[in-house]
Amino acid sequence: MWELGAVIPYPGNSEEYKTGNWRTFKPVLHTDKCINCMICFMVCPDSCIIVENGKMIGFDYDHCKGCGLCAYECPKDAIEMIKERG
Amino acid sequence: MAIILFKNRTVRPLTGNFAVSEAMRQINPDVVAAYPITPQTEIMQIFSSFVSNGYVDSELITAESEHSALSACVGAAVSGARAMTATAGPGLALMWEILGIASGMRAPMVLQLVNRALSAPINIHCDHSDAMGARDQGWIQVFAEDAQEAYDHLIQSVKVAEKVYLPVMSCMDGFIVSHAIDRVSLLADEEVREFVGEYKYPYSMLSKTVTHGAIAMTDSYFEFKHQQRLAMDEVKKAVEEVSKEYKELLESQGNLKDWEIEKRVLKFVEPYKIEDAEIVLVAMGSAAGTIKYVIDKLREEGKKVGLLKIKIFRPFPYEEVSKYLENAKILGILDRAETFGGKGGPLLSEIITALYLKGIHKPIRNFIYGLGGRDFNINHVKEVINTLERTLKGENTPFLSYINLRKDYLDTLQK
Ligand code: SF4
Ligand code: SF4
Repeated sequence: MWELGAVIPYPGNSEEYKTGNWRTFKPVLHTDKCINCMICFMVCPDSCIIVENGKMIGFDYDHCKGCGLCAYECPKDAIEMIKERG
Repeated sequence: MAIILFKNRTVRPLTGNFAVSEAMRQINPDVVAAYPITPQTEIMQIFSSFVSNGYVDSELITAESEHSALSACVGAAVSGARAMTATAGPGLALMWEILGIASGMRAPMVLQLVNRALSAPINIHCDHSDAMGARDQGWIQVFAEDAQEAYDHLIQSVKVAEKVYLPVMSCMDGFIVSHAIDRVSLLADEEVREFVGEYKYPYSMLSKTVTHGAIAMTDSYFEFKHQQRLAMDEVKKAVEEVSKEYKELLESQGNLKDWEIEKRVLKFVEPYKIEDAEIVLVAMGSAAGTIKYVIDKLREEGKKVGLLKIKIFRPFPYEEVSKYLENAKILGILDRAETFGGKGGPLLSEIITALYLKGIHKPIRNFIYGLGGRDFNINHVKEVINTLERTLKGENTPFLSYINLRKDYLDTLQK
């Protein structure tokens, strides 16, 4: 990690930086309300919406920073922001 | 391949700027990026003629500002290219952000600084405010007394930089050194090329997939800064190794006198007639030459006066300084830069730290001189020494004095 001059000597490593611990509020999905419109997928600035077979199935909590954009934009109020810490 | 101009060693009448340009030609760096600023402009003017005539293989980037010029050098250095630039005063000020980036990214390179006063009022002449303003930016700082030293320092700086992965600011006094013609002894082109050898950078962007200049937040920034301090601690060893090699090179043809070799190898300090000296001056740059002349004259009168010339200001040689200053009865520290609101100039603070670390407490007087190119001649050196003599005799003298301020100005302060 402590390479000369903060050099990162190999590519594809931003995933290793767990930004999830910056979160105060955590998004939680209510599948019963979700219509899989994928608006949350489009607005998430951190690519943290996990989609499988065309369905929104949850969040990448390792990297979700808890900004709440997904919950705000969801037309069905299918995402709830729950206080995690702080 | 660059054309060889000097197959043999030669002695030439050269200005400081020309001597430095010759050093750059002989080093034949891969990339040179610069922006013109007085009194440095001449270096790049001469160097660009070398480029046009095929005397170097260097890629010359004529940037739109000093900020860009140094940025280009950083990019070049981390790509695995040997990079150089030159600037002066306000040009260095404009580089300020990139100075820290170059050292923080551990990009070895050499910057020839032609010391110039900072604005305002605008002034093109010599003082050390530019280098002193940049002293905490993680660069190694070397000061030359004359054109010969500027030439030799530049060549040796390349190797020091590349040993410790830190950038070097090689300084010479604007106009006093940069524009005055001096006797300069040059090495043969091949000797310099062999001495500097090939530049190898472990994280070259051209050979590996690497990220340079990444972000480091609260979790890691501090550690990288600590690494820079450790790198600075390595400079002493690197200077010793490089100067030993350079000394061997200078000695190899048996045509140079011992004193000349001693003067030309890179060192932290140069003591002058200091062994038995009761009054010791401490100075950097061209003033040292004037001081030595006065010391010689006063020694004829039996006065025990000496000089400690600081050649490398960063990292500061605390140990050596305290060793040489231990026996003096009084010290006169000469600063060619201001630290407004401080107790005295920047050199003063370092000297006091050096003495404190050894538990030495002795009379010190600080003299600020030569700002904006104000003349500092033998009479002014005598004035400094006279003040120190009077202090030794018990007279009350100010801790900080300004040398050669105009009388008509001082008169206005009396009112
Ligand atoms: S925006 Fe709401 S409804 Fe649309 S996919 Fe996301 S969670 Fe489901
Ligand atoms: S809270 Fe923000 S970061 Fe987390 S999933 Fe929603 S939009 Fe993405």
